[in-house]
Amino acid sequence: MTDSDDVWKVNRERDGAAEKFESNLPEPGPVGKVFAPVAGFGVTLRNFFKPTVTEQYPDKRDTAMPRYHGRHQLNRYADGLEKCIGCELCAWACPADAIYVEADSNTPDAQYSPGERYGRVYQINYLRCIFCGLCIEACPTRALTMTTDYELAGPTREGLIYEKQDLLAPMGKDMLAAPHPMVPGTVDDDYYKGDVLKVVEEQVDWVRENRPEDETLPENRVSEAARGK
Amino acid sequence: MTSTADKATTQAVETVSLTIDGTEVTVPKGTLIIRAAEQVGIDIPRFCDHPLLKPAGACRQCLVDVAAPDREGNVRPFPKPQASCTMTVMDGMVVNTQHSSETAQKAQEGVMELLLINHPLDCPVCDKGGECPLQNQAMSNGRTETRFIDVKRVFEKPLSLSSQILLDRERCILCQRCTRFSKEIAGDAFIDLQNRGAMQQIGTFNEDVLEFDGYEPIGVAAEDESGRAFSSYYSGNTIQICPVGALTSASYRFRSRPFDLVSSPGISEHDSSGSAIRTDHRRGKILRRLADNDPVVNEEWITDKDRFAFSWQNLSDRITRPLVRGEDGQLHEASWPDALAAAAKGLRAALTGDEAQGAAVLPGGRVTLEDAYAYQKFARTVLGTNDVDVRTRTASDEEIAFLGSSVAATGMGVTFADLEKAPAVLLAGFEPEDEGGVVFLRLRKSVGSQQVFTVAPFLTRGAEKLDATLLPAAPGGEGKALAGVKGSTEASEALKADGSIIVVGERLAGSPGAYTQALALAKRTGARLAWIPRRAGERGALEAGALPTLLPGGRSVTEASARSAVAQAWGVDALPEAAGRDAASIIAAAKDGKLDALILGGVTPSDVTGDLSAAIERTGFVLSLEVRRSEVAEAADVVLPVAPPSEKSGTFVNWEGRLRGFATAIKTDAMSDHRVLDILARELGVHLGTGTVGEVSQQLGALGAAAAGERPAAPKVDAVKIDAKPGADLVLASWHQLVDEGALQDGEPYLAGTGRTSVARLSRKTADAVGLKDGLVTVSTQYGSLELPVAITDMIDGVVWVPAKSPGSWVAQELGVEPGARVTVKGGM
Repeated sequence: MTDSDDVWKVNRERDGAAEKFESNLPEPGPVGKVFAPVAGFGVTLRNFFKPTVTEQYPDKRDTAMPRYHGRHQLNRYADGLEKCIGCELCAWACPADAIYVEADSNTPDAQYSPGERYGRVYQINYLRCIFCGLCIEACPTRALTMTTDYELAGPTREGLIYEKQDLLAPMGKDMLAAPHPMVPGTVDDDYYKGDVLKVVEEQVDWVRENRPEDETLPENRVSEAARGK
Repeated sequence: MTSTADKATTQAVETVSLTIDGTEVTVPKGTLIIRAAEQVGIDIPRFCDHPLLKPAGACRQCLVDVAAPDREGNVRPFPKPQASCTMTVMDGMVVNTQHSSETAQKAQEGVMELLLINHPLDCPVCDKGGECPLQNQAMSNGRTETRFIDVKRVFEKPLSLSSQILLDRERCILCQRCTRFSKEIAGDAFIDLQNRGAMQQIGTFNEDVLEFDGYEPIGVAAEDESGRAFSSYYSGNTIQICPVGALTSASYRFRSRPFDLVSSPGISEHDSSGSAIRTDHRRGKILRRLADNDPVVNEEWITDKDRFAFSWQNLSDRITRPLVRGEDGQLHEASWPDALAAAAKGLRAALTGDEAQGAAVLPGGRVTLEDAYAYQKFARTVLGTNDVDVRTRTASDEEIAFLGSSVAATGMGVTFADLEKAPAVLLAGFEPEDEGGVVFLRLRKSVGSQQVFTVAPFLTRGAEKLDATLLPAAPGGEGKALAGVKGSTEASEALKADGSIIVVGERLAGSPGAYTQALALAKRTGARLAWIPRRAGERGALEAGALPTLLPGGRSVTEASARSAVAQAWGVDALPEAAGRDAASIIAAAKDGKLDALILGGVTPSDVTGDLSAAIERTGFVLSLEVRRSEVAEAADVVLPVAPPSEKSGTFVNWEGRLRGFATAIKTDAMSDHRVLDILARELGVHLGTGTVGEVSQQLGALGAAAAGERPAAPKVDAVKIDAKPGADLVLASWHQLVDEGALQDGEPYLAGTGRTSVARLSRKTADAVGLKDGLVTVSTQYGSLELPVAITDMIDGVVWVPAKSPGSWVAQELGVEPGARVTVKGGM
């Protein structure tokens, strides 16, 4: 090894090669000196008597804190209409370019959200998402929120691009699956203000007429008891 | 660059000097303050101001603090802030904008607050969100917080003004850009201000429909100023200039956000104007097209066809891989080498052997300059024939003589600016609104200062908007009508004025002697001549020599020196000597089984008068270069996929002779026609050298224009008199309306809805002689017939007009004749 290869030479010269290491800790007393070789076991011994914190995942799955940044969810109004209007503000806010949205017009035959516009395509790529939550802050209708679901792993790349049906909130107890008309006499603003609180008979009738097989119709709904069996 | 610029610099311009935000600026007298500020890079917020519209001072957003010298020369401030978009500059003026004056800043904040009072907070659902001047300027020049707590005004939304244009009155800030555009520029006033004060809004006209006159659009439509259903070819421009999201288009509605889009500049493929467009695409899919700003060509306007007709390029029938007809008689996808081998085999069979009858090429009129050059070079060097013709429309030998002698390779002739400035314009065989696109807007700009004469069977609504004088002529009789413009007639006198222009359209080819007479008239009056074809590729094809008797640069095939010059440039021994056949003769020959191979570009059988389908059937080998699985592609033996305009680069030559180059907007594997022909020629053992746009332009540059004596002689054809009398036998008049059922408008229902309803036009006298039943007539020939509702029109007798390819009126396919032919017309179905 030549001098020029010795990269530590400069440091050694600066620090003084022969300088002796001096500890800042106080010198142990005579008893301390006796126990010094086994002092490290003290930590082990102390922990014998503390409660265990090991998570038994996946045998036991703990819930994350309520504000945990987990998988996203596209919410619905009380009558089952989607809150997402396909405005793409989430995609705009996303620093990782993980969200892809395509909007479309609601039509009288297919009303998915209140007002004129709904999100036809909604994708979140969880290989890109950094769970920063900026999309949640950007959403003007509170359509997009985050759940506490943290189990986001999978064997394929495609599988980690979540589509709209993967992200939509599950139907609530009395909700009616979209598409169906808005509550008669309301405009989109009433929904935004939170004035629509439940499904009305006209909406149920519309779905009954257009999709009699729909599982969210009262007559087709499987009761909790039946589901249990 | 242009003659306009030259003149502007040579003329002494009176200037004034003023101070804006402490910066001294000198501008021509009469400049608006807002423009003077732009010149020194000072941005004043504005909504209603538009450089191509007259000042309105409607939105008040551009308020600035102004001080000007009084009679004694003391600079005194105006008591109130002034609108900088309506006030012209003055020597010694001191202007302080929001950047340097608190008064101006406060005034602008106040105006913005007022504008936002009734503006809904629906930016997330609004199409304009992200590229909205109101959004941007509310951020840059508005108050940070709202003080408004009351209920906003609510209107029903949206209102369909036409099947394409939607109006959302809640969002409107009453800047009147749309109403000013439609009145000043397009001449189709369809919305206007209504009510006053707080109730003021943009609204549609509500008078009862005056009468059915045949300009009604197919789809839904509001009523326009005259009480008719609103129908405009330029309405899309109002969407683009709307500074808020009040006007939106049905086809782009909710489709995307500005930040999703990649914008690529381009040139419209729809007409010969070569309008500059901007193509906005997302993930390889075009979502919208906008007008680009090109002051010398289309200014900032394009037609609705340029704007909305783009979906044809990506319909489900798009061909992406070569197709070869197999043993089973079906087309099968094949690899490029296999397909090229099959194509080469088919062509070789047609060219070799004792009984070989040769091959012909029909590239279609929508090709770029490079493609046209490759097609004709392929025909002349590989196929050894001059049988190449882009004119799958009415054509004549007189036309080629006219084009070769006076148009081809003459460089820039009459320009848009010349048209605008001309004191008199005579139009022959040319309907500016239907066939010229933005040419109409340039002519309309000069209404009042320009005399327009039109040689046509009747005054269309477009011609009426130009305030045109009709020189009546039945189709075929235009030659006589032009010959009649002499001596002390009004038109003749007007055309003698310096700078006058005669515009001839491609339809004159169907009128013997018309081009001859147009040349004579130009000579007689000193007016300049401009040829405006309909399709985008026609002028380029003419320059490239994709015509049966013209070589590149306007050289005549029959001149030996011209042939040898081209042969030398191409490095071949000789070019074929025999003059080629035109498209109609090629199709007729193919139909009689006298052709062994046919190469077809973008040709639609329903646009061709001859029976192209039968011709394809009879021809041994048909090669189609197509974008989509068209009728031709389905019947061909080998189909080679080519790129649509958005996926290739190239050059359109517009009617002025201006080269309109465009780059690839969306990069795909698709190849342009010239490249496909290059590799096909290689397969046949010929080096065509048209692999890239650069190679072609190098060759075209080297060829240059024809030398003296190499051009064809000017046409000398006698004009004919058309005997048009009311009766059962009428002369057919017809042309393509701008929005119709052309192949490039497929897949765009919202645009189709703005096309006009098909009607047959007859004069009252002719209609009486025909005898109407239920307001319907049947127009028939030996080949077929059309049933159409009648619109009684003030027009010459003995003529029936029908649209060329509108719904229910496909003239070439159903009647099988060209305009000028005799048709039988009878009342009822």
